[in-house]
Amino acid sequence: MSMTVKAAYIPVDSLRRNFAEVKAGMKPKEAMEESNRCLYCYDAPCIKACPTGINIPSFIKKIASGNMKGSARAIMDANPVGATCARVCPTEELCEGACVLNHSSKPIMIGDLQRYATDWAIHNDSLLFSAGADNGKSIAIIGGGPAGLSAARELARFGFAVTIFEAKEQAGGLDTYGIVSFRLPQRISFWEIDQVRKLGVDIRTSTKVGIDVSVEDLLAKHDAIVLAIGMAKVPILGIEGEQLAGVYDAIDFIESTKAELREDLIGKRVAVIGAGNTAVDAATCSVRLGASLVKMIYRRSREEMTAYDFEFEFAKQDGVEFAWLSSPLRIIGDEAGNVTAIECQRMSLEESEEGGRRRPVPIEGSSFMLEVDAVIKAIGQLRHLPLIEQLGLAHKRGIVTVDTATYQTSNPRVYAAGDVVFGEGQGEAMVVSAAQQGKKTAYAIYNTLVARREQHG
Amino acid sequence: MADLRINLAGIASPNPFWLASAPPTNTGYQVQRAFEAGWGGAVWKTLGDPIINTSSRFAAVHFNGQRVAGFNNIELISDRPLEINLKEIYETKRRFPNHAVVVSLMVEPKQEKWHEIVKRVEDIGVDGLELNFGCPHGMAERGMGAASGQQPDLVEMQTMWVKEAARTPVIVKLTPNITDITATAKAAVRGGADAISLINTINSLAGVDIETWNTIPHVGGKGAHGGYCGPAVKPIALNMVAECARNPLVGVPISGIGGISGWKDAVEFLLMGSTGVQVCTAAMHHGFSIVEDMIDGLNNYLDSKGLLSVNELIGKSVEQYSDWGDLDLNYAVVARIEQETCILCNKCHIACEDTSHQCIERHTDENGAAYLKVREEDCVGCNLCSIVCPVEGAITMLEVPAAEMPLSWNQRQAAIAALGNGKDSDNPGKKEAV
Repeated sequence: MSMTVKAAYIPVDSLRRNFAEVKAGMKPKEAMEESNRCLYCYDAPCIKACPTGINIPSFIKKIASGNMKGSARAIMDANPVGATCARVCPTEELCEGACVLNHSSKPIMIGDLQRYATDWAIHNDSLLFSAGADNGKSIAIIGGGPAGLSAARELARFGFAVTIFEAKEQAGGLDTYGIVSFRLPQRISFWEIDQVRKLGVDIRTSTKVGIDVSVEDLLAKHDAIVLAIGMAKVPILGIEGEQLAGVYDAIDFIESTKAELREDLIGKRVAVIGAGNTAVDAATCSVRLGASLVKMIYRRSREEMTAYDFEFEFAKQDGVEFAWLSSPLRIIGDEAGNVTAIECQRMSLEESEEGGRRRPVPIEGSSFMLEVDAVIKAIGQLRHLPLIEQLGLAHKRGIVTVDTATYQTSNPRVYAAGDVVFGEGQGEAMVVSAAQQGKKTAYAIYNTLVARREQHG
Repeated sequence: MADLRINLAGIASPNPFWLASAPPTNTGYQVQRAFEAGWGGAVWKTLGDPIINTSSRFAAVHFNGQRVAGFNNIELISDRPLEINLKEIYETKRRFPNHAVVVSLMVEPKQEKWHEIVKRVEDIGVDGLELNFGCPHGMAERGMGAASGQQPDLVEMQTMWVKEAARTPVIVKLTPNITDITATAKAAVRGGADAISLINTINSLAGVDIETWNTIPHVGGKGAHGGYCGPAVKPIALNMVAECARNPLVGVPISGIGGISGWKDAVEFLLMGSTGVQVCTAAMHHGFSIVEDMIDGLNNYLDSKGLLSVNELIGKSVEQYSDWGDLDLNYAVVARIEQETCILCNKCHIACEDTSHQCIERHTDENGAAYLKVREEDCVGCNLCSIVCPVEGAITMLEVPAAEMPLSWNQRQAAIAALGNGKDSDNPGKKEAV
């Protein structure tokens, strides 16, 4: 087995630099020109295309008029994680895709302008909102990711006493731990968390519900619970060699790059299994950690790849290679228990009988070997089943069932939002969707616990 | 290649583009650079008794990210000794004998002062004189510039004094800071002016600094009104030019000034009766080289129209400029939205709905696609929708057959009056019956 180690794709003298935000913010003149280019449409399609309904023409007009605080407020009012979304939203599929200028010129760079305005607020340490007068009700939120933070922010503005229970050391969930730093630095998420904390929301980190605090306790002490726990780890592949050193869970792997950057992938060959956005993130992280070869292995073809187009382009630009129509058979290790290769087989796609996505079918005798030093699994995420069952909520394979109008689960005092309800045709796995669901959950709680009672006198 | 040469009241120029009397024509160095760049003529920055200028003189109005929509200055006339200016004018004219060198003048309203300066300037050999009766700031406080230019009798008298001494053509430059510019234009003509030039700058305060609350510009914390020019003043200037051009009591050639930034603007001024144009702000914004496209664009335009000379444009639209009372009340246009071109920004809808006549409707077709439609029977043809529409060709203002014969307000009133008279004389009996 030849072991020629190729050079890394990019310089490895400073891995930290490789993880610095890739895209520069707009310069003031750029922002001025771009904001003035916005037509200020009436009943603008970009607003309708934004899951959180940000009044985009309004925030852009405010940039043009020099009202930066007003602009940031317009964004964050509709989207409590608007600074994050400015960086991670698939804008060409949402607001920018709907821009009427697509038909006559080129769309307004809404995401970049949103970043410009929220960067201003971050830089000026602006507190954009204040808590409402105490309404005497108390809400527990399990999970401090985008859905939980969004619900907390809106509930605090309604005057609820809000406590977030967060298992990790920091709140922010995916925004803090799950999105690569070169796209979203942690400080952005931390600012958004701080905005929520400053409204009086008690954020209890390193606190696992079901372990550090009991479900019964929460139900007894709070008027309602919002379950916003997202998703769990990547499932096992169920193939030989999965326990070898050098086999990683993509979620853990990306999270590890948010703190100290590991140097053990420099010059190494990495296989990433899967072709979603997380798989792309794992692949581009590997490139930036100094890997000499990064290959994504996917059992379907480019056409079925679930990563956004811009993610795919980004991976290609980073030099990531693709093994389409390939499925892993086993991971091979040496005597020391380290990964040395992965065996795959070729697949072909056949029309599925149910008429859904085409089904990958193994091609007999097509197995081949890839020499690799690491394997990263990115084939979806498991659910936090134990907690869901402790709460006694109805669910389908870990996807909590909710009333789509009220976000109430089978226990009317327990609401759920974000990735925990995503799947089975329910919702969208985007930060911006989680934010909107968090908001809606807050409105539903307000309507149930406060507004309705006031109406009834 | 069309003939771009003009002759304004005896002043010949290789093309109609002159630099106006202003900072760009302060020195021989500048004017010669301008001629090298292609400018056909220059009106030398106003000569008179040297003055002292302030530091901090210019300001501009920027609009939606575009620099210099309008420009404001508090600079005075030349602050250089007369002898130096005269020496440089002489050298410039000698180097560029075929270019128009006109000298702007301003002295106290005294006959001997005018005689003296006219003689000194003409002695060195110039193509013409321009009398600065327009500068609105500083000099006006001393009884010169706009102060004398706002009084028709002073305009007439001073023009007369100049004409007593002058051998070259005399252009009188008019101030727009007056109710009716034709009053001073006529006065200049009565005084013997060979041509008029307009407009000079408009009294202005460019802005207030909302951080410091100082004026813009300010001189050590104090401000004073300046003169406004640049693209924003073009419509004001064009109207004043047109009013003079169509007034039979004016009747002298016009040098058009005010916000001219390109060849299209120049064509408009020529069509409205200017023989040539003067430019300042555009040159100050971009440098002398902008004249290249002015000349090139004008030439290509003339070629495309099959015109051999720029002179064929002069005054061609003056006849179309009239009084409101002469407009046909039965003429009608309606807005029509081209569905292929429309990008559905809905700006026409909201403009019409909120601020005009509520006749652009939002619809959805059978496929669920949105579209906009003008309810033509309620459209008054105001043009607002086509003005706010960001896409060329998406809204056309379509001429529709008039329901009645052309009829202006003046004709209508005359007809009513005639009818009233007729009633009185034809039906005396009826009147008695009442």
